[in-house]
Amino acid sequence: MKTLTVAAQLKEIETLTDFVNEELENYMCPMKTQMQIAVALDEILANIVHYAYPDNPDGKMSVTVSKKDNKIILVFADNGIPYNPLTHEDPDTTLSAEDRQIGGLGIFLVKKTMDSCDYQYLNGQNILTLTKNF
Amino acid sequence: MKIIDAKNGSTLTVALEGRLDTTTAPQLEESMKTKLSGVTELIFDFANLEYISSAGLRILLSMQKIMNHQGSMKITHVNEIVMEVFEVTGFTDILTIE
Repeated sequence: MKTLTVAAQLKEIETLTDFVNEELENYMCPMKTQMQIAVALDEILANIVHYAYPDNPDGKMSVTVSKKDNKIILVFADNGIPYNPLTHEDPDTTLSAEDRQIGGLGIFLVKKTMDSCDYQYLNGQNILTLTKNF
Repeated sequence: MKIIDAKNGSTLTVALEGRLDTTTAPQLEESMKTKLSGVTELIFDFANLEYISSAGLRILLSMQKIMNHQGSMKITHVNEIVMEVFEVTGFTDILTIE
């Protein structure tokens, strides 16, 4: 199990992705799964930056990567405003281009590509746990 | 991310290399602003695009809306990861993918 703490800022995406990818490679995680997780990292970081720390450039977040059997477990934690992204209503994916809403797609994508998503607010922290089987 | 343009008459081909995510999407949005005048066919070449997140989808959606009014748009050479993102989000019904 490894944990990285970074500033909750969009520019940290590369540091975050590199850190997680290195662990995934140690776990012999297939490339496709790595890419799906990379997309999820981007979505979760963007959510934390925008919703947990909307007015706080000094906010921090951590990500913990671990493996249990053939399951990757990613735990995201931040001390920002309590925010459960999983309660966001799913977008209507059947609408035409003209009628499409742009919100909510990111977390929807995470829900669809990961095997489980779980949110808790614990000890003043938003804690989001994603798992992905490989 | 690298953005490589090729213009042939009113056809504009935009090849993307790297990752279209939260940090690179604004770069693409900015670069597309001035390019679409007089373009009737817009082609995105995703041969070297590793992956796309929702930030990239938003730009493709707004490009599609613009091109619905002035011509056509298609996306070529989409890899498996990007295709999965399109399928899961219903973008396969909105976009023309070859």
